[in-house]
Amino acid sequence: MVFWSRTREYLRFAWDALLANKIRAFLTTLGILIGVAAIIFILTLIQGINQYVEGEFANLGSTTVYVSKFPWVITGNYFELRNRPPVTIREYQALVRYATYPRWMTPVFESMRAIEYRNQSLEGVYVVGCNEQYTETHNIETELGRWFTATEVRSARPVCIIGQSVKEELFGKENPLGKRIKINGFPYKIIGVLEKKGSFFGFNMDNQAIIPYTAFRGYTFHRRSITIALKVKDPADLEPMKDEVRGILRRVRKLSPRENDNFAINQQDMLTDFYRKLTGTSFLVVIIIATISLVVGGIGIMNIMLVSVTERTREIGIRKAVGATRKQIMFHFITESLAISLVGGFLGVVLGILAAQVPLKYMHLETGVSPVTVFIGFFFAAAVGLLSGLYPAYKAARLNPIDALRYE
Amino acid sequence: MADQPIIRLQEIHKIYVLGLTQVHALRGVTLTIGRGEYVAIMGPSGSGKSTLMNIIGCLDVPTRGRYLLNGQDVSRLSDDALARIRNKEIGFVFQTFNLLPRATALHNVELPLIYNGLPGGKRKEKARLALEKVGLGDRMHHKPNELSGGQRQRVAIARALVNDPSIILADEPTGNLDSKTGEEIMEIFDHLHAQGNTIILVTHEDFIARHAHKIIHLRDGKIENIEAMTQSVEEKA
Repeated sequence: MVFWSRTREYLRFAWDALLANKIRAFLTTLGILIGVAAIIFILTLIQGINQYVEGEFANLGSTTVYVSKFPWVITGNYFELRNRPPVTIREYQALVRYATYPRWMTPVFESMRAIEYRNQSLEGVYVVGCNEQYTETHNIETELGRWFTATEVRSARPVCIIGQSVKEELFGKENPLGKRIKINGFPYKIIGVLEKKGSFFGFNMDNQAIIPYTAFRGYTFHRRSITIALKVKDPADLEPMKDEVRGILRRVRKLSPRENDNFAINQQDMLTDFYRKLTGTSFLVVIIIATISLVVGGIGIMNIMLVSVTERTREIGIRKAVGATRKQIMFHFITESLAISLVGGFLGVVLGILAAQVPLKYMHLETGVSPVTVFIGFFFAAAVGLLSGLYPAYKAARLNPIDALRYE
Repeated sequence: MADQPIIRLQEIHKIYVLGLTQVHALRGVTLTIGRGEYVAIMGPSGSGKSTLMNIIGCLDVPTRGRYLLNGQDVSRLSDDALARIRNKEIGFVFQTFNLLPRATALHNVELPLIYNGLPGGKRKEKARLALEKVGLGDRMHHKPNELSGGQRQRVAIARALVNDPSIILADEPTGNLDSKTGEEIMEIFDHLHAQGNTIILVTHEDFIARHAHKIIHLRDGKIENIEAMTQSVEEKA
């Protein structure tokens, strides 16, 4: 009761100050507002992206590795990487012959091609040439029809499986199974339609067509590097498989022990690691910016609090004359600076969350507000308010009541 | 009148240091004021009456000498201990009223009780009573700038009264008022005295000092003489 009675007086004191100087209080708190908004913005953004990215990476599968010319995360000399020989179908054939760990394995030929159906044409479709095990290595299944068989791959049958977008664009409500389309001018029969995949980092995964790699025109003299996907059944086999694959490829490429690998064995955790580093770095940068802004904001608050102490000198004298102790005077001013900074903190949290919704919406990501984020925003604001209010409050508390009462 | 004196000043000295010079404001003041007395402190400017009032009001401590307030030595107390004494024992009335401009009359009167830690309900009740005593029961929710000078001073008197202090200390309480209003304010002090309050007036105006029963004349930091005003007691009786 006693506590509350005084607290109300402290709040009233702060409220009076804010009301009397609305514009000044707002300008003062702008630094806090911007600092907190920056923190909240980036936290909300990172959180939204995190949820999304973790889902996307799960798609890649943790038991699959991808052999290709370039590593997914490029560090070091790009020109050196460019001079590597391409990964070709011969390396795939060597792996088929020698590798024992992979349970499923497929070459992946990729290109962007036009698809035609009757008089309609669809440009820029992602066409994949692979074998029947692609469904396992890439966790992708058909919704309609069937996958092609090993026999169809071996005999290079011109069959294809199309994605949902291709189906909708070319066939609408019509059943596409058994229809013939032209990919890059060559006819293929549709035997299946993929389940809906959505997008992967903004790339529409439904705008694709999958054909047996043997039916991928010119695959034998395909000059662009391909990818070989290999998958183990037991996660414990993953590391042995990587060692084995590396050994086979080095042998095939006749690399001497002193030479470095001239191919890359990619896997999901490379991306997750890289992503963590990336967000870690951007997080650090934002924390630094926010800290600077909060320090500047804190200095601003301290400055205006010193003005407030001077303005209210006589009032301090009155309060001391009627019996306010030093501690009570300090509480008055600390409450005032806390009030200023928390107003900024509140506006900063709101602004930060709202601002983060824009890019998240744009990227079609889940938007949300986490209580932890809100807490962090208020925590920083309160800490700055407290720290920057201490010195002015101390100064006020130490005023001599006689001088303070005489102050004009 | 009083069994134990409220105020006992023994050889009070106050020396201010202003740069390189020292100002000897009080040079050995010895004084006793009993419970229920009505005392005026007079003297020309520079006589030390403000300094004496500050020390009696526990706003300041003497450089030398002892000050017993209700038997308690307050001459060497810390800032916060003095604040608590002021809160409980002393009610100030200033020439310039010294009210909080943004607070209502009621809130201004409540102020000492807030620092005293009295809970809200009791606090409002006591503040209301004090305002009624000075005839401002109908102006409780007005702010100082909505009140006349006399009314403001009444609010200040109510604030001084509200905590039932041992002393009411009034520093030129009519200095900012016209003579008619000043006289009204003095009537309130007379009335408070009749109810048993101890009142100390600091003034340089003779007709104001005449309300008191005892006038202490200060000159050059010393008590020049103490004049007893017996006739005003007879008037009241």
